[in-house]
Amino acid sequence: MAYQRVLTQYINEPGSYTLDSYLKHQRGYEGLRKALTLKPGEIIDQVKASGLRGRGGAGFPTGMKWQFVLKDTPKPKYICCNADESEPGTFKDHVLMERNPHLLIEGCAIGCYAIGAKVAYIYIRGEFYHVQQILEAEIEKAYKAGYLGKNIFGSGFDCDVYVHRGAGAYEAGEETALIESLEGKRAQPRIKPPFPAVAGLYQCPTAVNNVETLCNVPLIIMNGPEWFSKLGPEKNGGPKLYCISGHVKKPGVYEAAMDTTLRELIYDERFAGGMMDERPMKAVIPGGSSVPLLLPDQLDIPASFDGVQKAGSLLGSAGLIVFNDSVCAVWLAMNLLHFYRHESCGKCTPCREGTDWLLKLLMRIERGEGQPKDLDLLFGVSNNIVGKTLCAFGDAAATPVLSTMKLFRDEYEAHIRAGACTLPAPWRAKHAMAGAH
Amino acid sequence: MSFHPRMEYAPAKFHKSERTLAEQGGDFKYTPENQAKFDENVTHYPPEQRKSAILFALYLAQGQQGYLTAAAMQHVAQQIGCTAAEVEDVVTYYTMFYRTPVGKYVINVCRTLSCALLGAERVTEELSAALGIKPGETDPTGTFTLVEVECLGACDRAPVVMVNDEWHERLAPEQSAKLIADIRTKGAAAFTGCHLNKEAQQGAGARGTGDRGKGDRT
Repeated sequence: MAYQRVLTQYINEPGSYTLDSYLKHQRGYEGLRKALTLKPGEIIDQVKASGLRGRGGAGFPTGMKWQFVLKDTPKPKYICCNADESEPGTFKDHVLMERNPHLLIEGCAIGCYAIGAKVAYIYIRGEFYHVQQILEAEIEKAYKAGYLGKNIFGSGFDCDVYVHRGAGAYEAGEETALIESLEGKRAQPRIKPPFPAVAGLYQCPTAVNNVETLCNVPLIIMNGPEWFSKLGPEKNGGPKLYCISGHVKKPGVYEAAMDTTLRELIYDERFAGGMMDERPMKAVIPGGSSVPLLLPDQLDIPASFDGVQKAGSLLGSAGLIVFNDSVCAVWLAMNLLHFYRHESCGKCTPCREGTDWLLKLLMRIERGEGQPKDLDLLFGVSNNIVGKTLCAFGDAAATPVLSTMKLFRDEYEAHIRAGACTLPAPWRAKHAMAGAH
Repeated sequence: MSFHPRMEYAPAKFHKSERTLAEQGGDFKYTPENQAKFDENVTHYPPEQRKSAILFALYLAQGQQGYLTAAAMQHVAQQIGCTAAEVEDVVTYYTMFYRTPVGKYVINVCRTLSCALLGAERVTEELSAALGIKPGETDPTGTFTLVEVECLGACDRAPVVMVNDEWHERLAPEQSAKLIADIRTKGAAAFTGCHLNKEAQQGAGARGTGDRGKGDRT
């Protein structure tokens, strides 16, 4: 049976972002209406039964996260929606917020009711200003129509949703750093525990959920947890958005169930449609820049959280970056380390100093000035970052180096032997190191 | 005889803080319109958590003046009820706040992997040549600032540049010089904007979100 899209079915229609379209096509706000007739605990049970796993990267069960927050406390509670989509290769939340914003707004409201919060903050990255404008206008409409605000559907439940604009920091996508940023500080992670479920925003219990996660909640309430969990393989149920970019014919966001294989996503006409100019694939990064690479012979696996993990990588944010054989592995690692060095928040020494040294070493090798001992040094520096930082950023930053060294060590060695980049692609800068600073 | 290498103390670079202070600037005060916007935004947060509005407050100040001077930061500190040092702490962390004057158009070229795979390095080179400035610099007329930034989150439309708050998608390196010329004559109308935004208003027709149509490479 052909897969029927649910998150993105109507996004290509004109005015898909409007409240009218949402009410007409997607049974808009029926999920919220139904949720308000249930007890908060029942909603959490349904979300748990559906097996919904966080779509931001870690794949943590959402129901369980909410359960931790539900506990009785005199403090107010909060939902923080993580719309700081900054992982290289990821652009799915962007589509949802711009084309289907009411699904997110409804998800926020149901989430608030489920955990006993009255306020949800949508933390959107500063670069998404055009998305924010749509989102804010639609939130305004939801207020006017009585789907947000005081006494929703006469149930006595109040809910406010606010958009909070970030200002350019990848690290703000980490949940405790996001909370710090929302509190008006530098986006730097906190020591865990305590987890946000206990002491999050303003030291109150907080659930931090990804945009795509919250968008799935109204669907679960409307269609039931069984419908959701049967969509895709066991423990990996529900619709999933895949972002495919790089050297493919049709880059974009595609919705599928998680039994779809990576090969289908890259080569099938329904998805990315194969490699650009039919050049052979060198490798794919399956889950945003922070996960290990997979080779072309490893693609016949389901693109699910568990499937990709079994193959030795992670599904992460489901941002597939595909590249062909014109790409130099050392350059690739250098490009990504430039990103991580720039975005490291500077709180933990291994990450702050380590990313800088990794970039310097990679630049040296790429420039042709590398020495044989540099390979051991790269390995040593990487392993002194992994597991030694407060948040997962450190592990993510070392991954491109460790993964390319494992799969393409011969290229590193060839660079050092030849004293130059052995695979300079035509689309690279004319002045090899221009722009690297 | 000491085993330590001889070190220059007072004048040497490594004994000096590299911290640069923001320019003091002239007196700064929100316009009544911006003051109203700030007063509204601050109600989004609990009364004792005014600091949460700091990013919004800084965006307002930057929008009013083009960049953030020490006077602007002091004004924001007064509005929030925190110290100017706390404001500076935030300003220096986030990349979207400027502490020195920038051009009318700030061209942010995405340089991260997906864009780089499709020629972002060359885009920077071409823009740099067309403007006669290096990344990080502003041209002498104060019209353009060129900046390299990390992932903008539009990897399917690589290479992407963000000009102020507008996006320009699929900027082929060969087209870069033309974009500059277009901005000079047409202003903001030269940008493609975000395709999602446009299609949401006009309808994408039969096109999916990811169709790399040969004809629509701008």
